[in-house]
Amino acid sequence: MKIAIPVDDKSTETSVCQSFGRTPYYLIYDTESKESVFLDNSAAASQGGAGIKAAQTIVDSKVSALLTPRCGENAADVLKAANIKLYKTVNASIQDNIDALNDGKLSLLEDIHPGFHGHGG
Amino acid sequence: MKIAVLSGKGGTGKTLVSVNLASAAKEAIYMDCDVEEPNGRLFFKPKNITSESVSIKIPFADQKLCIGCRKCIDFCKFNAIAFIINKVIVFDDVCHSCGGCVLFCPEKALSEKDKIIGEVQSGVSENVSVITGILNTGEASGVPLIKKLLNNNLAGKALTFIDCPPGSACIVMESIKDADYCLMVAEPTLFGVHNLNMVYELVKLFKKPHAAVLNKCLEGENPAEDFCREKDIKILGKIPFDSELGTLNSNALISVRENQKYRDMFSSMLQIVAKEVQHETVANS
Repeated sequence: MKIAIPVDDKSTETSVCQSFGRTPYYLIYDTESKESVFLDNSAAASQGGAGIKAAQTIVDSKVSALLTPRCGENAADVLKAANIKLYKTVNASIQDNIDALNDGKLSLLEDIHPGFHGHGG
Repeated sequence: MKIAVLSGKGGTGKTLVSVNLASAAKEAIYMDCDVEEPNGRLFFKPKNITSESVSIKIPFADQKLCIGCRKCIDFCKFNAIAFIINKVIVFDDVCHSCGGCVLFCPEKALSEKDKIIGEVQSGVSENVSVITGILNTGEASGVPLIKKLLNNNLAGKALTFIDCPPGSACIVMESIKDADYCLMVAEPTLFGVHNLNMVYELVKLFKKPHAAVLNKCLEGENPAEDFCREKDIKILGKIPFDSELGTLNSNALISVRENQKYRDMFSSMLQIVAKEVQHETVANS
């Protein structure tokens, strides 16, 4: 299955980014073929609605699960509508989180935050 | 005659100035455009309130007509639309109601529906007609509400004070757009100067005749006063940093209606303001 993780850099040495919607890149990882692909997050510089746009990118990349430290409610609505599972990352290491997922040790992300919206306009 | 009262941040004294100047006038209209936190009504406690809801247009998708071209999604600068498993999802709270997605949809799958974002309340408090804009919590923008508010028939019929939202963003621009004069309220601190400069740049951009009122004035140095001198901004009034005035105000009382001393202070300020506004608007007409 394909999974997505928000990451700070386009390298396998990178770490998990604290923000889902405004992370610079996503790592798309295939747990069977072990292939890694990095996606630019075009939503990172959005004035508003970054979570929605970022979630659309994740949906379009056809992943089954997202591993993230946190997620806003608009983004979560999009991801849930697409039946993408949300898991909470355990630490900043990409490998630790992938291993934890493979071992069935990642828990589902429950605490969806209301977003950090500016005032827009 | 419409006078907008504005400042670069909240808590500077916009409402204090506009509520008291309106109360000092023989007859006045007070319009609260600070729609996210309208508090002028707490002072005026208006009676005979009538209210009218204000709505905006937001997109509504007919899923059967949608072909999934995503033109609406690419167009939306606020990312208010997503396309998930062949279904258009609109995020009402993120939409800024520009209508662009509806125009761009080649299949006419998007139409518009009304969404109530708040209300305009009108009432009377002695000599002042009080008109208040109240934006529902969580709405993206107060601009449509302010538009509706300032379109009120009463606007400009008598001396009108527009109590603006703080800052210098879109909602402030909308509030001062049709004003004849801008009164900037400033605090005597460096931070106050920074905020005064923000609204000063805005009123210059809008080519509005303007002046300052200095609030919370103490003995000694006043950086806001220095700034006004430097930029050649007229100072039409100085309000002292005064615990009696502060107490009246924090108890939601209108000082002009409570105490002759403040009635005199704001009445003379009003005379200066009225004279200045008249002079400026004649000079600019």
